[in-house]
Amino acid sequence: MTQSPALQGFALPLEPRLPRVGAVDAVALEARAAELAKRSIKRDSKLWALDLAVRMMDLTTLEGADTPGKVAALCAKAMRPDPVDRSIPAVAAVCVYPNLVPVARERLGDSGVKVASVATAFPAGQSSLPVKIADVETAVAAGAHEVDMVIDRGAFLSGRYAKVYDEIVAVKEACGPAHLKVILETGELGTYDNVRRASLLAIAAGADFVKTSTGKIAPAATLPVTLCMLEAIRDVHDATGRVVGMKPAGGIRTAKQAIQYLCVLSETLGPDWMTPDRFRFGASSLLNDVLLQIRKQRTGAYQNPDHFTID
Amino acid sequence: MGEIDRLGAAPWEYAPAPESRELVRFRERYGLAIGGEMVDPRSGTWFTSVSPATEEPLAEVAQAGPEDVDAAVGAAREAFEDGWSTMRSAERAKVIFRIARILQERSRELAVAESLDGGKPIKESRDVDLPLAAAHFFYYAGWADKLEYAFPNRRPAPHGVAAQIIPWNFPLLMLAWKVAPALACGNAVVLKPAETTPLTALLFADVCRQAEVPPGVVNIVTGDGSTGAALVDHAGIDKVAFTGSTEVGKEIQRRLAGRGVPLTLELGGKAANIVFDDCALDQAVEGIVNGIWFNQGHVCCAGSRLLVQESIAEQLIGKLKRRMGTLRVGDPLDKNTDIGAINSRQQLERIRELVASGQEEGAEIFQPACALPERGFWYPPTVFTSVAQSYRIAQEEIFGPVLSVLTFRTPEEAVEKANNTAYGLSAGVWTEKGSRILWMAERLKAGVVWANTYNRFDPASPFGGYKESGFGREGGRHGLEAYLRFDGGRRG
Repeated sequence: MTQSPALQGFALPLEPRLPRVGAVDAVALEARAAELAKRSIKRDSKLWALDLAVRMMDLTTLEGADTPGKVAALCAKAMRPDPVDRSIPAVAAVCVYPNLVPVARERLGDSGVKVASVATAFPAGQSSLPVKIADVETAVAAGAHEVDMVIDRGAFLSGRYAKVYDEIVAVKEACGPAHLKVILETGELGTYDNVRRASLLAIAAGADFVKTSTGKIAPAATLPVTLCMLEAIRDVHDATGRVVGMKPAGGIRTAKQAIQYLCVLSETLGPDWMTPDRFRFGASSLLNDVLLQIRKQRTGAYQNPDHFTID
Repeated sequence: MGEIDRLGAAPWEYAPAPESRELVRFRERYGLAIGGEMVDPRSGTWFTSVSPATEEPLAEVAQAGPEDVDAAVGAAREAFEDGWSTMRSAERAKVIFRIARILQERSRELAVAESLDGGKPIKESRDVDLPLAAAHFFYYAGWADKLEYAFPNRRPAPHGVAAQIIPWNFPLLMLAWKVAPALACGNAVVLKPAETTPLTALLFADVCRQAEVPPGVVNIVTGDGSTGAALVDHAGIDKVAFTGSTEVGKEIQRRLAGRGVPLTLELGGKAANIVFDDCALDQAVEGIVNGIWFNQGHVCCAGSRLLVQESIAEQLIGKLKRRMGTLRVGDPLDKNTDIGAINSRQQLERIRELVASGQEEGAEIFQPACALPERGFWYPPTVFTSVAQSYRIAQEEIFGPVLSVLTFRTPEEAVEKANNTAYGLSAGVWTEKGSRILWMAERLKAGVVWANTYNRFDPASPFGGYKESGFGREGGRHGLEAYLRFDGGRRG
C-alpha cells in the first residue's frame, strides 16, 4: 500500500481536490445499512466471505490482565485458527498493547501475521502529545507493523480540530514505516455528521486506515457508522485517488454480522476493497463463530463449540 | 464446495437465494368471489394470468361480464342491507381486525403470490406490500367504532355499495387502501383487480372467508377494462373509487357525470425529486434510487424527474451511475433482487417507446451493464441526462425504471420546474436546511411532499393528488371521508 503524501489542512470546502465535508442524514443512512444487512448470502458466496473474514481479522486482546502466556496462545490461534482444518487461512494481524509487542513478534515469527499495537494513551487518549509519541515510538521500536491510535475526542468535541489534526500528523511521523490506523471512537462522537467530519480529518492528516472504536465504549462498531466511514473513504478516493482502509472494531461477534459488513463494503466500495490490505475486523470472539460456520457450510452440520479452541 | 479463490479483487458474486415457490399453490382456475362463494362466470369466458418474469401461466381467471357484475352488485347490496350496515360498529371492527391478523399470518404466501403474479422483487412484497396492507386493515379497524368522533356532529353514514377499481402495481396494497376504509365505514364492496394481477385479490377472497366476513360484503370481479366499465355503469353502485391511469380516470368521470355517484380518483404522476447542494449526498442518491427504481418504477408517485442543483449535478450523477451498477435485476423471487420484471408486455412496449422518444429528442441515455433474463418482460434501470423540460420523457408518465434528470440554479427555479406539469401527486426535497423544506412544501403543488426521504407510506398519513393526479385522499382520517355521507342517513 503505497500512499500519496498526506493531504494538507482541514479547510476542505475550498480545496477543490478534497471532498466537501457535507452532511449525513441519519435516518436514510441507517435505512440503507439495514437494507444491505438483509442480503441473503448462501453456499459458495458465503464460504468465500467467511474465508475472507478470517483473512481480514485483527485478533485482539486488550485487557489489563494480558500476559505473555495469553498473547502467545492468541498468536498460535492467529497462525492456525483451526488446527484440524489446514485450509483455514491465518488471520491478518494480532492486536495487543505496546509492552506485549515483543512477545507477539517472537511468536508470530515470519508467519506473515502482522503485529498491531494500540498506542497514544489508549483507550482514552487523555494524555500529553509527548507521552503519546513516546507510546508510539515504544510500539514501533518493539516491532509493531501497525499502530492503532486514538484521536483526542475531548479536543474534537470542543471544536479544536487543529489539535486533533496536528496530533495525527505527529503520530503518523512517529510511526515511520508502520501503518497508522486512526480510531475515532464513534460511540463518543454522538452524530454521523461528526463521524464523517472526524473521518475526513483523520484521512487528511495521514491515516492509512480509519477505525471505529477501541472496544472499550458502547456502542462500538455498527453497520451505519461503518457505512458512513466507507462513504467518506469513497469520496476521498473519488476526489484524490488516495486509498484508505477501514476497520470496524468491537461488537462484531457472529459470522452473520461479519457477512453483513462485507455486503456493506462490497456494495459501497466494490471489489477493490475486498482485501485485508483495505479492510479489517477488530474482534476477539468473532473468529470461533466464523470457524463454526465454515465447518457447518462444508459438512452440513453444526459442531459442538468445544471443538474450537478458546485462546 | 469448490476451492476458494483467494486472488482477491474478484467480484463477490451472491449465490442465488430464492424464496420458496411452494409457499403458494394456485388453483388451476379461479371463479368470481360473489356473495361469499367462488362462482363460475356467467359470461363463460376465462383468461390466463401469467408470471411476467417467465411468461409462465399461473392460473385461469374468470372474465366477468355485465351479468356477473350485476350479480356482484346485487350480492353487495343484499349484504349491506341485511346486517352489515346495521351491525354494531365494534363488531364490524373485529371483522376487519381479523382480516389484518390473517394477512399477517399468511404474509409469506401472499408475498410470493404477489411477486409471481406481478413481477416485483420478493424483498419489496415481503417488507413493504404485505406489512403495509395489514397495517391499513389494523388502522381502519380502529376507526370503525369511532366515526362519530372522527366527524363530530356530522352524522356519518356509509354510502352503500362501493365500486373499487385498482391497478397492477401494488395489487394487494391498493386493495387494502380501498377495502379497509370502505368496510370500516360500513360499506359493502365490489372490487375489480387489474387484468394482469388478479391472483392476490382472489386469495384475499379466501382471507375474507377465514375472517368470517359476512357473505357479500366483499366481492371480487376479475376481468379487463370492459368489466371495470360495466361496474362503473351499473345503476346499483353508490360510490366509485379508482386508482390507475389519468386517461381511464377521465373516462370514469365522464361516465359518472350527472349520476350523483361520488368519485375519488388517484391517477398518474410525474414527480420531481429536488436535490439541493447542501443535502446529504450519499443519502440523496439512495432516495433517488428508491424514488425511481422501487417496484421497477411502476409507482404513481415515483420520483421520475430528478431536479438537481447545477453546482452538484456532475458529482451527484456520477454517484448515481455508480450506484446503478450495484442494482440487481432479475428473478423476483430471489431475496437479493432489487429490480424485478416489468408487469406486462404492453407496459414494456410503452417504456420502450418513451425511451426511444427521449433518444430521438436528444437526451443522453445511460444504462448500467446488466444481463437480463431471456424470457419474460425486462427493462434495465435507465437514466436520461441533458433532458429539456419540453421532452416527452420530462412530461409524460413512463411508469417504468426510467429517470429524467434536469438541473436548476435557484429554489425559485426548482419550484417553477417542479410545478410545470399536468400532474401533482408527489414531490421530494433534499436539503439539510429545515426552513427550505418548509418554503418548498408551501409552494410545491403536490399532494405529498417528502423531505429527505421518498416513497414512505403509512396508513395514518393521507395520500392523494392535485390537478390531473386526481382528487380525494386515501389513508388517515381523511381517507374515511370518501366512504361516508353526511346527510343524516337519508339517500340523496
